[in-house]
Amino acid sequence: MILGKVIGTIWATRKYETLNSYKMQLVQPLNSQQQKIGEPIIAVDTIGAGPGELIFYATSSEAVIAMEVDMAPVDASIVGIVDSIYSEIN
Amino acid sequence: MFLGKVIGTVWSTRKDEKLIGSKFLIVKELDLENNFKTDFVVAVDSVGAGVGEIVLCATGSSARQTNQTKDKPVDAVIMAIVDKLDVSVKS
Repeated sequence: MILGKVIGTIWATRKYETLNSYKMQLVQPLNSQQQKIGEPIIAVDTIGAGPGELIFYATSSEAVIAMEVDMAPVDASIVGIVDSIYSEIN
Repeated sequence: MFLGKVIGTVWSTRKDEKLIGSKFLIVKELDLENNFKTDFVVAVDSVGAGVGEIVLCATGSSARQTNQTKDKPVDAVIMAIVDKLDVSVKS
């Protein structure tokens, strides 16, 4: 999984049918020091994270497992909201 | 998924026979300020997107998780047409 921060939301009414009940969030990937790494991506939100929240997301076809559908064209989905991080090596 | 704009179409008659019937659109990646980035993909369309529309694409093996692309040699699919993009947190 990858650490990230929710920085926005995407609305899309016309989308693949199994995505209908899912919110899509804009996520900025972060490193363990919570600094930006790489470009923002869009992830399906199965948890209900709000903007500004620290989360972690699963990528590639494992992202679909977090959703209650058997098939969905999704390559990133938020699977957890972070309470706190302890990281020794910076 | 990544954000992109459909900038064109690819027609191909000689192709893998599993791809017959698939519609190929050229999607160029966008950043959050709506500027084009450098890379693009040829993606199979699964939602009826047209040229000029801002869309979301899934890549990798997740792209095969639709009825149109199941068991086909496809690694990029257009799976949503963006109505509104709201960047609320200055990252």
